[in-house]
Amino acid sequence: MLSIKNLHANIESKEILKGINLEVKAGEVHAIMGPNGSGKSTLASVLAGRELFTVTEGKVTYQGKDLFELSPEERASEGIFLGFQYPIEIPGVSMVNFMKTAVNEQRKHRGLEPLSSSDFLKLMREKKELVELDSNLTNRSVNEGFSGGEKKRNEIFQMAMLEPKLAILDETDSGLDIDALRIVANGVNKLKSPYNASIVITHYQRLLDYIVPDFVHVLYDGKIIRSGGKELAFELEEKGYDWLKKGIVV
Amino acid sequence: MEKDQDKILNEVTRSEYKYGFVTNIENESFAKGLSEDVVRLISQKKNEPEFMLEFRLKAFRYWQKMKMPKWAHLQIPEINYQDIIYYSAPKQKASGPKSIDDIDPELKATFDKLGISLDEQKRLSGVAVDAVIDSISVKTTFKETLAELGIIFCSFSEAVQEHPDLVKKYMGSVVPYTDNFFAALNSAVFSDGSFCYIPKGVRCPMELSTYFRINAANTGQFERTLIVAEDDASVSYLEGCTAPMRDENQLHAAIVEIIANNNAYVKYSTVQNWYPGDKNGKGGIYNFVTKRGKCAGENSKISWTQVETGSAVTWKYPSCILLGDNSVGEFYSVAVTNNYQQADTGTKMIHIGKNTKSTIVSKGISAGFSNNSYRGLVKVTKNAINSRNFSQCDSLLLGDKCGAHTFPYIEVDNKDSIVEHEATTSKIGEDQIFYCNQRGIKTEDAIGLIVNGYAKEVLNKLPMEFAVEAQKLLQISLEGSVG
Ligand SMILES: Nc1ncnc2c1ncn2[C@@H]1O[C@H](COP(=O)(O)OP(=O)(O)OP(=O)(O)O)[C@@H](O)[C@H]1O
Ligand SMILES: [Mg+2]
Repeated sequence: MLSIKNLHANIESKEILKGINLEVKAGEVHAIMGPNGSGKSTLASVLAGRELFTVTEGKVTYQGKDLFELSPEERASEGIFLGFQYPIEIPGVSMVNFMKTAVNEQRKHRGLEPLSSSDFLKLMREKKELVELDSNLTNRSVNEGFSGGEKKRNEIFQMAMLEPKLAILDETDSGLDIDALRIVANGVNKLKSPYNASIVITHYQRLLDYIVPDFVHVLYDGKIIRSGGKELAFELEEKGYDWLKKGIVV
Repeated sequence: MEKDQDKILNEVTRSEYKYGFVTNIENESFAKGLSEDVVRLISQKKNEPEFMLEFRLKAFRYWQKMKMPKWAHLQIPEINYQDIIYYSAPKQKASGPKSIDDIDPELKATFDKLGISLDEQKRLSGVAVDAVIDSISVKTTFKETLAELGIIFCSFSEAVQEHPDLVKKYMGSVVPYTDNFFAALNSAVFSDGSFCYIPKGVRCPMELSTYFRINAANTGQFERTLIVAEDDASVSYLEGCTAPMRDENQLHAAIVEIIANNNAYVKYSTVQNWYPGDKNGKGGIYNFVTKRGKCAGENSKISWTQVETGSAVTWKYPSCILLGDNSVGEFYSVAVTNNYQQADTGTKMIHIGKNTKSTIVSKGISAGFSNNSYRGLVKVTKNAINSRNFSQCDSLLLGDKCGAHTFPYIEVDNKDSIVEHEATTSKIGEDQIFYCNQRGIKTEDAIGLIVNGYAKEVLNKLPMEFAVEAQKLLQISLEGSVG
């Protein structure tokens, strides 16, 4: 589904990603871990098409297409969803209006008719229940004045609304209480099917109790320095990253 | 970050002004230039009574002694007032009742193309229209229906002929010709406009609207609107305007006067979309407008709502004189500037009566290399005890080459009144756009969403069908201006 080959990316001529290789197949869940500043969010942003970062080398294929040929909104409509580490506030734009525009733009891209207002509201009610989102939040402006946890939960709500093929969740578990964590995990697990995949960026093994990954990767200084099964996460939890850093020539 | 914004800024394609076509109709025009003879000729052409000619001449003589004002935040090249045509009118069949069949089909097609049908059968039943092209009014719809209620809605020229007493009584009573340079000029040479009179106790059952269209080249448009609401009367009035795309600048200097008597309510909404010039700042309309309402009676109310997206230069301060006790003045404004447009707009609220209230909500949106200023005066006189004003002035910036300025002037001469002023400046961030993109929303639509959210409070004040139009217009005006 997603194939990343030797990906390098810069910001303001500073290299952040230094040759990433990663294969994600449909049906798989990948976890990415790694110390602060190692480039996890950068990788997620590059995949979503943020122009802040310049890709200097490498190739990414998504569902057989050259990912870099697609604009950010095309990538979204083709099923890539990014759960932001720091969700953005958009004052004055109601969640309802925002989601309705998003859903219908994506439908348009797929050659579908826009949802009627009543169908849309029904869908919204359904998904709100699924992620146990407080009703009031959807009447407010996008993320404006939401608490940290509410913002994260709102990302999962949007994911449920948009039903992506590839969900990239950037520390969606950070700042969540235990109940919210279970809900986020449920959201991801509900999406899980032989046709979908997720990349879950996290610092905590705890999340992986709920979302069981097929692979765990360690990103360090712009490179994946170790990949393994879910047991790697336990090892990291126990030993930290230092033992991995040893023997790496920077 | 900066670089990135520039990149997006330059990448997105720019939209064209879609009302920029020219109609080929036969015109009757004066030669360029302005003199006492031209003023006399205009008056003669319109077969005006003596008092009108006198009014014009007094205004002209006064104007001759004046100099065009200079403003700190508008850059306007010298205007050569002798290089402008002061009267141009589409040729029409001999006078007589204007039925739809008497109108040049080209003209009718022009208004159809603008989405304004002059055919009553095809109109929304809720809106009556006065259509003004260049210097004259071509057709007023639903005149008869309104007349049954005693409402007068006609072109200004017709009002001068049919209702000279009303014109004489109210014309210049709110905006005297001595008011400012452009008011004096307009008073001397104005050619047409709309007149609207709502008699005592009548609530006008439909929206009244005037649609102004500049067509001829090198022509100035000087129109005048006069709205009078007698005791207990109410009316909602709309004004729309467009012009062809031309390389040279064209002058538009209008006057709007509103009088609201006891318990009367006048709501005046404008969607101003004159040609703004091209993306390099060439061409476009110079829009110098004096709009003022007088809340003459107790408990009267005048409400201005404006959506300003057009013109190369806008200079406009729809104001309220709150004379009657308990009278209310409101000003809701969205002003968008893009490319090299300049806008200096705002309001004046003059509190004279007791317990008078005013509300000002101004939302400026600047993009490209444009400059957008809010200039407002709240004056509470000594006798206006227990008066209140609330002002909210927000600026939204797209990109970092545009400017937003706020100049609130506040003068309060008594201790029992409360004046509040709030101001904010914000930017549409690259991160906000990206967040929308990531959900599948294109950049143009994202900007539309954000800008409409920001301007919602004002757009909500517009009559329904115009609110939808205005939303689209905002988005179109800002296409190609992402930052
Ligand atoms: N907009 C930016 N401008 C300058 N540097 C940036 C920018 N965004 C990221 N970086 C730098 O890129 C490096 C990688 O950042 P990134 O956010 O990808 O790390 P991360 O692995 O997600 O860290 P964390 O675990 O703290 O979320 C950091 O050194 C960071 O300072
Ligand atoms: Mg991060």
